[in-house]
Amino acid sequence: MLYNEPSPLETRVLSRRFGMPHSESIDTYLATEGYQAFLKASRMTSDEIVNEMKASNLRGRGGAGFPAGMKWSFVPRNSPKPKYIIVNADEGEPGTCKDRVLMENDPHQLIEGVLIAGLAVDAHAGWIYIRGEYRYLIDIMDRAIAEAYQRGWLGKNIQGTGFDFELYTHTGAGSYECGEESALLESLEGKRGVPRIRPPFPAVVGAFQCPTVLNNVETFCAVPAILLNGGAAFAALGVPKAGGTKMTCLTGHINKPGVYELRLGFPVKQMIEEVGGGMRNGKKLKAFIPGGSSCPVLTAAECEGATMDYDSMAQRKSMLGSGGVVIMDEDTCMVKACLRLMKFYAHESCGWCIPCREGTTWLDKIMTRFHSGGGSQQDIGLLGDIAKNMLGRTFCPLGDAAALPMISIVEKFRREFEDHLNGKPCPFEHSNRMVTV
Amino acid sequence: MTFSPQLEAKFAKLLESYPTGRQRAAMIPMLLYAQDEIGSVTDELVEEVAQRVGVTPLQVNEVVSYYSMLHRQPLGKYHVQICTNISCLLHDADQLLEHTCRKLGIENHGVTADGQFSIEEVECMGACSWAPAIQINYDFHHFVTPEKLDRLLDGLRKKQ
Repeated sequence: MLYNEPSPLETRVLSRRFGMPHSESIDTYLATEGYQAFLKASRMTSDEIVNEMKASNLRGRGGAGFPAGMKWSFVPRNSPKPKYIIVNADEGEPGTCKDRVLMENDPHQLIEGVLIAGLAVDAHAGWIYIRGEYRYLIDIMDRAIAEAYQRGWLGKNIQGTGFDFELYTHTGAGSYECGEESALLESLEGKRGVPRIRPPFPAVVGAFQCPTVLNNVETFCAVPAILLNGGAAFAALGVPKAGGTKMTCLTGHINKPGVYELRLGFPVKQMIEEVGGGMRNGKKLKAFIPGGSSCPVLTAAECEGATMDYDSMAQRKSMLGSGGVVIMDEDTCMVKACLRLMKFYAHESCGWCIPCREGTTWLDKIMTRFHSGGGSQQDIGLLGDIAKNMLGRTFCPLGDAAALPMISIVEKFRREFEDHLNGKPCPFEHSNRMVTV
Repeated sequence: MTFSPQLEAKFAKLLESYPTGRQRAAMIPMLLYAQDEIGSVTDELVEEVAQRVGVTPLQVNEVVSYYSMLHRQPLGKYHVQICTNISCLLHDADQLLEHTCRKLGIENHGVTADGQFSIEEVECMGACSWAPAIQINYDFHHFVTPEKLDRLLDGLRKKQ
């Protein structure tokens, strides 16, 4: 089901079946060009499929933005080992709730994307790693997979093409870190979700020590449209170096929060004002997170002229990330928002490397003290110092993911930190107390 | 240990879902599904799963301690999980958590004396656009106000 009204400003490619009756069923899917991209791909060579992917300029939608066609091309063709496809459905980046909507409303689109990846790299088995909290989505995917087997779109000799593919779901059990690709692979194998040292990358040594294509749900969901209409058509929807659309989650202080499919390069201002219906209660924008809590925070001034794409965000020293947009109004205490994020990273650090394990814990402790009025002038510098010393010194991006928002908030909202000094109570605490019974 | 026939069928399917010799991969799903049935990850369950996937109980324990959804102690029959991460926080989820604790008379991570309810403040659950969000067991509830939460909990109380 859909949780918000669609916007007329959306470009509906991945979400084009949303809202159709029984959009999750194989009948609806087959009646709307479903599995036709797979049939087309089955008549192409693996190079042709990968080239179409490269032409689409599709960049990984999980947050890192690595070109998907390039990732697929790294799988060694001559390896004697089996090859696997893994779907990262461990959606956990704060602010992000798009993979949920994609799986719930169009599970067969994901299955078809996986099949095409299988054709491209000669893989015959795959797993969809779904976070444990999404139990109802595991049920939805299991039903869709069962339908696909019944109707001959999974299993042996799919539709007489001679191609075999087995697909399974796999539940996580509560861990943000398992959304990091190498930690996900460890978790899939029944271990703690601790990242692996790279190289070798998963394309060469991935699931069960075999060459693996591992992409986000949204990335796989874009594949059928790319194969069906051509990579160039998908690329044309976006901006020169990033093709297609982005499932964008509007969250926070906005009138119409929801998940919307927008062209890459969509103007931030128009997104807030027209897609999101403007700021809640007519308040002013204070801070903006473009794509999940791991991105550096932007100020309202920095949002001027910004567009939702990789380059525009990089120019502003932030990232497009996962599509989890967090909108904060003028009454938001940035110290409190920052504290909550540091608490999150400290809780989710896997504990393997010291800069992350100790760094996130220190940041959490100092922020807790600070927000409660026990902070000192030196703490402000210390927060930035600790965060800067974490950057680039950890095995996986979680350390950076904590450090980047910390550095940006303390630099851009230093004044608010100073307002909390000397035992002063949080100046924003009174403004939004909820009336409780 | 004996489990329901449905759970045994699920285990059998899981053990066939991974490459030969890689049955350890079934461990985390088995633990979570078994916990759903028996209430928590007991020592007995750890040994049973270890034996079924061919590892030592210690190797299962080190996994159990890592994952936040695996619990060594029984939770309430209705486990109320309140997200207070950024998008929910912006919709006063911290106050919703306080309200829930007051309503049930327990602290975060507590279980009511009758074993019916437990509370856990959790990290982002992927419902950010429909904040504040909670999960009661595996069911999502969106746009939760204190009044809506009261109605939900009162409804569950009556069901007993």
